[in-house]
Amino acid sequence: MKVATQLVIDRIKCDGHGLCAELLPELIRLDDWGYPIVAPGAVPQHLSAHAQRAVETCPVLAIALRRTAPSR
Amino acid sequence: MSRLRLLAGTDPSAGSESHADHSRRLGAPAIAGRPLIEALIRSGLAGRGGASFPVGYKWRSIAGAKGPAVVIVNGAEGEPQSRKDRLLMTARPHLILDGAFLAARTLRARQVVVYVGQAHQAAWNAMARALAERPEAERRIARMVGAPHRYVAGESSAAVHLVNEGIATPTTTPPHPRERGVGAVPTLVQNVETLAHIALIARYGDEWYRSAGRRGAAGTILITLAGGVAHPGVLEIEAGTTIGEAVAMAGGVTEPATALLVGGYFGAWIPVATGWELPLDAAALRSQGLNLGCGIVGVLPASRCGVCDTARIMRYLAQESSAQCGPCFFGLRALSDACSRVAERGTNRDDMARLKRWSVEVQGRGACKHPDGAVILLRSALSTFADGFASHPAHWRQQPA
Repeated sequence: MKVATQLVIDRIKCDGHGLCAELLPELIRLDDWGYPIVAPGAVPQHLSAHAQRAVETCPVLAIALRRTAPSR
Repeated sequence: MSRLRLLAGTDPSAGSESHADHSRRLGAPAIAGRPLIEALIRSGLAGRGGASFPVGYKWRSIAGAKGPAVVIVNGAEGEPQSRKDRLLMTARPHLILDGAFLAARTLRARQVVVYVGQAHQAAWNAMARALAERPEAERRIARMVGAPHRYVAGESSAAVHLVNEGIATPTTTPPHPRERGVGAVPTLVQNVETLAHIALIARYGDEWYRSAGRRGAAGTILITLAGGVAHPGVLEIEAGTTIGEAVAMAGGVTEPATALLVGGYFGAWIPVATGWELPLDAAALRSQGLNLGCGIVGVLPASRCGVCDTARIMRYLAQESSAQCGPCFFGLRALSDACSRVAERGTNRDDMARLKRWSVEVQGRGACKHPDGAVILLRSALSTFADGFASHPAHWRQQPA
């Protein structure tokens, strides 16, 4: 069984390069200053490979895929 | 001034209570360690620095970690309208230090950092003097560290960052300071008022703590009244006292009021009609979608313009961004500029549309909650002063700052 993941951005590391929004426009758009706005919720299964690529391509390694925390 | 528990004893204007007077008046704390953590959980005490985090659970999580811990006594008080922390530090430093050293004993901390706003000279002097009066075993593990005069310096990860690296800017969480803080060990960052309540709970117990409070709320709280009240300043009130009752205790309003700013710059504007009956209690306010914050109530008199005051606050909050996260640094600046244009040059459709869109987009996109606080305040202004924003005249320059 696959685990649900979500995109998490380290806002201090992020410099607004914008590659993530190029690679994953389905889930990430940029605000008026070029910083990512991530769609809420888990990454849908069919986009997980693209999400992984966005994570790996970020020049400052500011994005991560994190397992969705089980609700406590 | 209303003084119930924390401020009981001699009048605060008489200066700091000495260690001898403090010990004579209150005796020594009766419990520490696990019984104290359990009493704190039962008391329902929530942090008074702004986040209202349940104190007992924070202590239990740190106590449950292996190895030593660190205690930071948070007296940064960067919130511009707040006065209660520095009053307490100046008048009752030993109550705060009792709480700090109880925390150190209970959490096996070998370091206590007394973190006081550099701008609060009297409070700094009182805390330093009080520390020098403590027993050798306590003095040996404690030191004073100055908090820069910046809004975000009191944020808990910023306090840890300052102690670790000399820079009082927030860091990305998790890890939270209670998991990994000063020197990478679990760190309790606790507001000075919270520590003072703990010092009393350790003497009289959680049942006693809950015996004060109105309308189902527990304990007492220090609040700061600001703006159009006859006697602005600090009051100690029973939790659950309404805003109207608190304002009456401070001599009432100076002229009819139009709006209230509840929770300071990290809070929200509400119309005065819905505000007087609100109970001052973290849980009660949360159920109304409001935030007690560090206990500030600002009263806007009818002669002042809420739009212009909001533009001033937004300008301040934009300047106080620590410039680490893009959405906060650029977003708050842009929001402040749009707000200032409406205030200075009058309402225009483009700026109003930007204010509405950006105030939603910025939320949740900083490492700390600074941008969230700013846009929540702005959105509350957009609704409370909806008429003012819809047809604002170009009158900012005519208003006194």
